[in-house]
Amino acid sequence: MIEALQTFINDLVEYPFLQHAFSTSIILGITCGMVGCFIILRGLALMSDAISHAVLPGVAISYILKISYFYGAVVFGILAALGISFVKHKSKIKTDSAIGIVFSAFLALGILLVTKIQSPINLNNILFGNVLTITTTDRILTEVVSGVVLLIIYLFFKELQLTTFDPVMAKASGFPVKLINYLLMIILTLITVVSLQTVGVILVVSLLITPAATAFLLTKKLSSMLWISALIGAISATIGLFFSVTYNLPSGVVIVLTATVIFLLVFFLNPKNGIFWNSTKRTKAHRFYQK
Amino acid sequence: MFEVEDLSVVYPNGLQALKEVNISLSDIGICGIIGPNGGGKTTFIKGVLGLTPAKGKVTFRGIPIKKWAKKTAYVEQKRDLDLDFPISVLQCVLLGTYPALGFFKRPGKQEKKQAEKALEQVGLADLKNRQIGELSGGQFQRVLIARTIVQNADLIFLDEPFVGIDVKSEAIIIDLLKNLAEQGKNIFIVHHDLSKVRRYFKNVILINKTVIAYGTVKKTYTKENLKNTFEVLDNPLFS
Repeated sequence: MIEALQTFINDLVEYPFLQHAFSTSIILGITCGMVGCFIILRGLALMSDAISHAVLPGVAISYILKISYFYGAVVFGILAALGISFVKHKSKIKTDSAIGIVFSAFLALGILLVTKIQSPINLNNILFGNVLTITTTDRILTEVVSGVVLLIIYLFFKELQLTTFDPVMAKASGFPVKLINYLLMIILTLITVVSLQTVGVILVVSLLITPAATAFLLTKKLSSMLWISALIGAISATIGLFFSVTYNLPSGVVIVLTATVIFLLVFFLNPKNGIFWNSTKRTKAHRFYQK
Repeated sequence: MFEVEDLSVVYPNGLQALKEVNISLSDIGICGIIGPNGGGKTTFIKGVLGLTPAKGKVTFRGIPIKKWAKKTAYVEQKRDLDLDFPISVLQCVLLGTYPALGFFKRPGKQEKKQAEKALEQVGLADLKNRQIGELSGGQFQRVLIARTIVQNADLIFLDEPFVGIDVKSEAIIIDLLKNLAEQGKNIFIVHHDLSKVRRYFKNVILINKTVIAYGTVKKTYTKENLKNTFEVLDNPLFS
């Protein structure tokens, strides 16, 4: 293991492509971690799942039109978000059903297009990510998008906090609640699209949800939740990439599994309200009362 | 002067929740909004504040109510809030300072002082670092009142603030609200406990799908009006 770690570090120093993959993954881990906090607190986990799957046809169409996949993906991500709220508001269909209908339709359409147009798009890479093959353009795109997203979170932290916790009070006091909702949807779409290369369509939701959910178990403060979540995202990216490179595994898959392991550790062991401690506390209390 | 002209709310499914409400009240003080369940009390507040699509015109001191947004505090029923949200008692009170701060500004020392003072007023200074889920129902309602105090709003709307809370919290809250009313704040409270109406309110608005009656408690809170508000004509219990 130590040997593998040494090789990894040596490779990291030696190969720029590895450095790029490394920095991109960490940046994404941080950004997804922070955005994810607002997503889970607003109960939008499924929505982010839907948007991530829905970008696939956009990728294919971008190829047909010979433009960067970024534009197509963003358009389809936003279309999906709008489609879901349209179905929800214009009928009695509930959100989860609306999400199910829209995202499976978009995913199916995407797979159909990708397989039929005989593009050089590697479906596997889009679905599961391969950060090692990331191009310079994509890397810069990721950095720019992440930078913008983090800046927005910093500038509008107050508004995001208030509209997430108490949207009704916010609206009554004149905050543009709808606008902030749309802003968050756009952020979600952008971050999903740039995550395609690293973790892929299927798994990006995990990078958004799992670190945030882990942080949620650990803290009582929103700002600490953002930082802890970002840290967990970055750690997951680092460890994941190490295993991905060393054992030749798809990067997205290992990053997600690392995040999941961290979640499980916290879920069972965190001193505040981990399942493990809670049950020992209960047993102790039980014994105490039996005496 | 608080004026409502022809306020109607129709739900997306076609149900008329509120029909042509007309009200003109001055010297509001604390005003109870009374009516049966499903009678449209919450809908009335939401319609007035533009939180739900509504037809009609609402003005306060001659200015459309939307212009008062920054000076409007609304506390919804506490069960509608997420008590697991990662926010401490003090931070929750600080939210009340946000409307006045404007974009890009964060609450500073002065805002924190205000929040701490408000927490003292509601008797929760010791609990300021607790997460909101670690409070009792009554304590949490007091936190929301502290948030309203900090907001320094001219118009305050409270939806069922006394439901499921302890006697002590209720006493503290009503005292503070009476104080605010004396300072010239205008407070509307959705309320369903008829026994306390005379003690708590200066004015009442009786609502059942539309306004049945409104005005001072003395003049309006009569048996006749209550019967009209709560009586359902085809209900065999009343026939």
